[in-house]
Amino acid sequence: MVQRIIVAGASLGGLRAAEQLRVAGWTGEILVIGEEEHPPYNRPPLSKDVLAAPGTPEEALAKLAFRPRRSATGIQWRLGTRITASNLAARTITLDGGEVLGFDGLVIATGLRPARVAAPGPQAGRHLLRSIDDALALHEALRPGTRVGVIGSGFIGCESAATAALLGCSVTLVEGRTGPMERPLGRALSAGVRDMLTQRGVDCRQAVSVVAYRGAESCTGVELSDGGVIDVDVVVEAVGSRANVEWLQGNGLDLVDGVECDSHLRVLGEDGQPVPGLVAVGDIARYPDDRNGLPARRVEHWATPTDTAKIAAPALVAGLVGRPPAEATAPLPSFWTDIFGTRINGVGSPASAEETRILEGDPGRLHAGVAVGYYRGDTLIGVVDAGLPASKHLHYRQLVLDAGALVTI
Amino acid sequence: MAQITVDRTLCDNHGQCAIAAPKVFSMNDEGILEYAETFDDALLDEVEEAIDVCPVQAIFLKD
Repeated sequence: MVQRIIVAGASLGGLRAAEQLRVAGWTGEILVIGEEEHPPYNRPPLSKDVLAAPGTPEEALAKLAFRPRRSATGIQWRLGTRITASNLAARTITLDGGEVLGFDGLVIATGLRPARVAAPGPQAGRHLLRSIDDALALHEALRPGTRVGVIGSGFIGCESAATAALLGCSVTLVEGRTGPMERPLGRALSAGVRDMLTQRGVDCRQAVSVVAYRGAESCTGVELSDGGVIDVDVVVEAVGSRANVEWLQGNGLDLVDGVECDSHLRVLGEDGQPVPGLVAVGDIARYPDDRNGLPARRVEHWATPTDTAKIAAPALVAGLVGRPPAEATAPLPSFWTDIFGTRINGVGSPASAEETRILEGDPGRLHAGVAVGYYRGDTLIGVVDAGLPASKHLHYRQLVLDAGALVTI
Repeated sequence: MAQITVDRTLCDNHGQCAIAAPKVFSMNDEGILEYAETFDDALLDEVEEAIDVCPVQAIFLKD
């Protein structure tokens, strides 16, 4: 009988997992199941170009759709289908229509969903930004002069605030506990990002959060923790995300924050050992930071699904034929963002730094070119550069690689 | 020999391709992509990696 691997999740992680299963020599069935109706598409432009000028929904989707590898043949797709439950001992999953499907191997790539602001008040007028449908709906609401309250100052909050400002909206950014992109960038560069936003007219409210929303039917105001109130026509909630793990409950897995994995992305069971035939891919996977000898964490960057699929898929195939996983190189995380035309690139693990040092430029003037090094002890573990040519980024990336040992897993 | 083309209207000079396949892609001192349109088949795996990591999906493998 033909063996089957089910890939749960049909975004970038699901696509890359399916491709890499073929690269790893898997000739059995591959069935990719995803909740969204759309085939896999690229999400970073959703808060930038696509939010600014999406065109028709068909045009937006055509622009964003991924082109699968040619070698990724014979892959079955079931889109618009949610997985509601799983029984890992029996090797089955249950779909939203009640259908039960068996598998030999399972890739967990169900990703994240946006967290919501836990505040009372009307629901209408509160947008999220995760899917293409979210971006199209938000674009429709952004007109010159529209008063926009962006809640949360991570990548998506800052990018959507910048895009709304470019569209002529009157934007207030409710930063939350930390400053703009402060967790990945650190305090100095975060202040530089705030300056860029402020110079373009974004009203940045520091160290405040949302207490309540005002309005009868739709949201017309946001009450802040410092007693202030902002009048709004539109709210964008960008306050982080939650892992889509509910369908895995009842199997004894550690699902506290994503899915606990070993370095090969094999999902760990109650006994701390890999569950046979089970791997995770993408930002749902909590895996060890082997480069820095730090505990397992999730990595919410665009490169993560591709990086992890290239380790998880061969490990899964090896396990299914009774072999140990081949040696692999621990991924080096990387990320980027664009704010008002200034590219910010990060590499390594800046968020785990004990200390930062300026390598060049002035963190207060990102557009003029700056690089900051992130250290644990004297070891360079990450660099963020902004406003510099990509050749400089490659140089700093090499410094991070050279500073750490080549880590094999 | 295999062939690629990069759609310059899409390319945003991220430089990720130059990390994945440095024998085919490089970034000059101004940070602009330079690449070889034709390359040895032995580099195909690397180039497929470069296609994967391009944030704007600007690299196309020719038939």
